[in-house]
Amino acid sequence: MRLSKLNKQVSLGLLVFGLVSVSIADENESRGFDIAARSDRSDIGFKNSKVEMKMILQNSAGKSSTRSLSLKTLEKPNEQVGDKSLIVFETPADINGTALLSHAKILDADNQWLYLPALKRVKRISSANKSGPFVGSEFSFEDFTALELNKFTYKFLRSEKCGEFTCDVVERYPTYDHSGYTKQVSWVDNTHFQVRKVNFYDRRGDLLKTLSLSEYRKYNDSYWRAHKLSMINHQTKKKTDLLYSDYEFGTELSDRSFTKAVLKRVR
Amino acid sequence: MLLAVKSYGSEEIKVSGFIAAEVRIFTQDAKYPGQSDDINYSALWQPEFRLNSGSNQFSFIPFIRKDSEDEERTHADIRELYWRTSKSDWESLVGLNRVFWGVMESRHLVDIINQTDLVEDIDGEEKLGQPMLQFSYFQDWGALELFLLTGFRERTFPGESGRLRTALPVDTGQAIYESSREQGHIDGSARYSHTFGDWDIGGYYFYGTSREPRFQLNTTQDRLVPVYDIINQVGVDAQYTSEAWLWKVESLYREGQGNSFLAVSAGFEYTLYQFAGGQKDLGLLTEYHYDGRDETAAPTIYDHDIFIGVRLAFNDVQDTSVLAGMTIDNSGNERFYNIEAEHRIGENIKAELKIRLFTHGQPGSLISQIEQDDYIQLQLRYYH
Repeated sequence: MRLSKLNKQVSLGLLVFGLVSVSIADENESRGFDIAARSDRSDIGFKNSKVEMKMILQNSAGKSSTRSLSLKTLEKPNEQVGDKSLIVFETPADINGTALLSHAKILDADNQWLYLPALKRVKRISSANKSGPFVGSEFSFEDFTALELNKFTYKFLRSEKCGEFTCDVVERYPTYDHSGYTKQVSWVDNTHFQVRKVNFYDRRGDLLKTLSLSEYRKYNDSYWRAHKLSMINHQTKKKTDLLYSDYEFGTELSDRSFTKAVLKRVR
Repeated sequence: MLLAVKSYGSEEIKVSGFIAAEVRIFTQDAKYPGQSDDINYSALWQPEFRLNSGSNQFSFIPFIRKDSEDEERTHADIRELYWRTSKSDWESLVGLNRVFWGVMESRHLVDIINQTDLVEDIDGEEKLGQPMLQFSYFQDWGALELFLLTGFRERTFPGESGRLRTALPVDTGQAIYESSREQGHIDGSARYSHTFGDWDIGGYYFYGTSREPRFQLNTTQDRLVPVYDIINQVGVDAQYTSEAWLWKVESLYREGQGNSFLAVSAGFEYTLYQFAGGQKDLGLLTEYHYDGRDETAAPTIYDHDIFIGVRLAFNDVQDTSVLAGMTIDNSGNERFYNIEAEHRIGENIKAELKIRLFTHGQPGSLISQIEQDDYIQLQLRYYH
């Protein structure tokens, strides 16, 4: 009798405790999502953009090589539809004119086509290669293509100083298939709501890479863009810097600028 | 010319392209009298001139090869010389251009707009510039492309001293045409292509001079003479992309070159990304080739053949990759082994290695005629 009463009290207590911890977890999840959403939505309305990039790949001995490429992006304001992007390589010279067209989806596999200029061939490629290195760099395909808000779930961890700002530290977990990460921890400043740093944890849960985003500039009084992205691989000691030059926004780009047919005339 | 171009706008002509040195070593003595047994040295130059003002694009790509052993392999061509105007839902192009159709890796069955530059490579991927008027129309329901091909290009063949030739050399100077206008016959093609979710499909109709010739003996019975028929051909190609699988099919039906026939190629490519826990990707390829043609049509080695191969992408800074494969003939057991590897050196040099072996040739077959022409080729390209 007493025992069963105790049992009842204990289970009631556990239930209450469970509810409290669930609601705390819920709160941290929704707060994490809100922070990510505020950061993502601070970007909305740019319609499209064009930018030139330099990619500097450095091995563990410090030897570096450079690639230059251009990136065009078409914004899909609906968060349930992914953006479209077109990357065209200029150097090294032997891959000049090589282009990668991506139609991002949220949870379905992205559609991707590669253009090989020597054969003038457009090839649909598998987008299952999320975690593979992008053109030999420390960035993987998913680091470029998986930046949609709804491709992750979130959890708020804490707030802390980050350089001149105070940052919200948010963990995010990929919800799409084939990710090479178990989780990412991002630092989002709560002044401009921009991502300042991301730690990437591999499939074993070990720290794999750190991405630092810097040299932010504001365009059209609305959109912040980082102009330097540094990715350091802690396991291989290799590093890739992405240097962006001036962005252009609100150009003539439309859906028709992101079709297979366009790949043949990228240069 | 330069002035006219400069006055067009603020755009500049961009110059790129490559110069290359190549060596081909044949591991066996030549099979036929007159063929060279020496190491084959070549120099190549392909400069590329482009002007791009957004809606107007100009391209000029000449090509020249000087070969040490085969005067037919020493040749020049204009790969591209065109003016293209494009708007969001249409484009037009006038001039010489190259157009590739198809999805398979080991045989390019449906690819037909351009003539094969066979002395460059036996893999059918090197093409001669094709004069054309092209108009393309892009809508949400797909892309429609119309081609008027104004002038036929003859296939290149090795000369008497060249390797990788038929027992009797091909005399391109005596080519026979079904059309009385010969190379002046205007060919035409219309192609539709679109993406439906995971499917990329295309289909076309072609009417005109067959790019693949049949052969006849010449009057002195010591040379083959290419015969170019007027054909009607329909072709389709499709790829289904799902996860790491690419499922592919190409098919054509040709009428007008001997007995009408159907040909089908089908297969898959499956990629193991970050293979064995490293950075490399390993692709596994299998393709089956069926060809219903008989001896009244152009000869082909792909009648009932299976290709199996692997592609290893190193995903390194030098973009190193290796493709190794074997094509086996089901009926005669003939085999064609192919290994291709490439690697960048520094920022501007690319090294390309090709090894090709031909074995188990059956009497009289195409493979048997080149079975002593196994070779190793190394090409060094400097991109400027």
